[in-house]
Amino acid sequence: MSRRPAQKPPEVGTTGHQWDGIEELNNPLPRWWLWTFYACIAFALVYSVLYPAWPMISRATPGLLGYSTRGAVAAEIQAFADANAPIRAQLVAADLSEIADKPKLNEYATNVGASVFRTWCAQCHGSGAAGVQAAGYPNLLDDDWLWGGDIASIHTTITNGIRNTTGSDARYSEMPKFGEILTGDEIAQLVQYVRSISGQSNDAVLAASGAALFADNCVACHGEAGLGNRDLGAPNLTDAIWLYGGDVTALTHTITYARFGVMPNWSPRLSEADIRSVAVYVHGLGGGE
Amino acid sequence: MSILDRHKPIERHVTLLLVLSFLVVSIGGLVQIVPLFYLENTIEKVAGVRPYSPLELTGRDIYIRAGCYVCHSQMIRPMRDEVERYGHYSLAAESMYDHPFQWGSKRTGPDLARVGERYSDNWHVDHLTDPQSVVPESVMPKYGFLLNQMIDGTYVEELMATHRMVGVPYTDEMLQNARLDFAAQEDPNLDYTGLQERYSGAQSRNFDGQPGISEMDALIAYLQILGTMVDFSTFTPDANR
Repeated sequence: MSRRPAQKPPEVGTTGHQWDGIEELNNPLPRWWLWTFYACIAFALVYSVLYPAWPMISRATPGLLGYSTRGAVAAEIQAFADANAPIRAQLVAADLSEIADKPKLNEYATNVGASVFRTWCAQCHGSGAAGVQAAGYPNLLDDDWLWGGDIASIHTTITNGIRNTTGSDARYSEMPKFGEILTGDEIAQLVQYVRSISGQSNDAVLAASGAALFADNCVACHGEAGLGNRDLGAPNLTDAIWLYGGDVTALTHTITYARFGVMPNWSPRLSEADIRSVAVYVHGLGGGE
Repeated sequence: MSILDRHKPIERHVTLLLVLSFLVVSIGGLVQIVPLFYLENTIEKVAGVRPYSPLELTGRDIYIRAGCYVCHSQMIRPMRDEVERYGHYSLAAESMYDHPFQWGSKRTGPDLARVGERYSDNWHVDHLTDPQSVVPESVMPKYGFLLNQMIDGTYVEELMATHRMVGVPYTDEMLQNARLDFAAQEDPNLDYTGLQERYSGAQSRNFDGQPGISEMDALIAYLQILGTMVDFSTFTPDANR
């Protein structure tokens, strides 16, 4: 564009401002701009009448439409709750052990359970439910269960949690810290004994003396053969599955300082239908009894 | 045109222009901000919200120091997807004793407004020490050094006094017992009853599982109280708020 000298169309005139000889033309605003501007003002006025807007003495004007953010989210949640209400009512009413035999209910519960699991459970048990090896987060895919693997036990565990301080019916047991009871040598013998009953390489001499210690200190919870006790959440010590590791270091630490795995109680956060769904999902992962 | 003509003195006087512009902008700001201090829906009182205990407040400072707010928000918005994932939407009252609030504006990590009591203390230790050990896809950095930073609450009373200056209702009794409560929250064998009287529902235990009070203890004590003060089984939302 070539530069042209400023021309003053006579019909427009100037605003009368003059700065160092420069004059300001008094062009009207483009019509489209002006009408958009007026439309915005009109919209704002109408909006402020229909929706909560003007601050008054104790609260803002509520607006003719009666809109509220809280009401909107409650209504949206309610709409989905209503849509799911019939099948969720069935789910809550059904006998836990019979859900698996009802294909439609089982499919619904498994899908809901899977999404609830990924939201609330995966952080500890892993998104694939395999737990975290040797870190105290149980694998839910195998056949080894601390507190029982039938669906009713799983349901109880999810509802009340384990060793938490927030639920009154949490599953509870506490292994003593044997570091305060036994000597280091005795613990070393116990470790070798536990390795012997779990079929791992061990020092036979130490293991033999550990057998007596095991009988005196451990059988009350873990059983004479070390098979564990699900009423107490005492793990089976004879298999190859270790919650905190089965090597000498891990076992020594476990016996010396004990372990105290905690799981939250989910009853305050999740609905009964959701808890049942997760129970069905976990039960169906492969290890369910 | 006579009124329009009178803007000439304003335009020709730079200081006057500045002062008057400031006045106009102030009015706009005040109209937006002042009502927030007196409208009922912005100052709704909710049962259960209490000031942070000394250890929790210290943990909160560690949270801010570590820049957790850069990736984690503490504000569950009133939308169905957020409520389904995190729990009840946040209430203004739940951050009434937060100075400054930790609502945040960016979620690289999940919202933490209701992380309290959602995971075990052990999980928090494992996760803060090595996040990828429990959540393989996580991009969170490691904060294991917190376990080695021992603290004794030397300045916690001053910290609380500062918060009192900006409106947190800490009583003289709370200030006097600050260091006792600080220690009692990590060791329930100390003055557990006093701690509960002053900070109802304060969780008291050895959070990090190792002797002594570390920054890890403080941070986990803070995380475990987040979003748990209000009992939503008895809370009825006023739809107009």
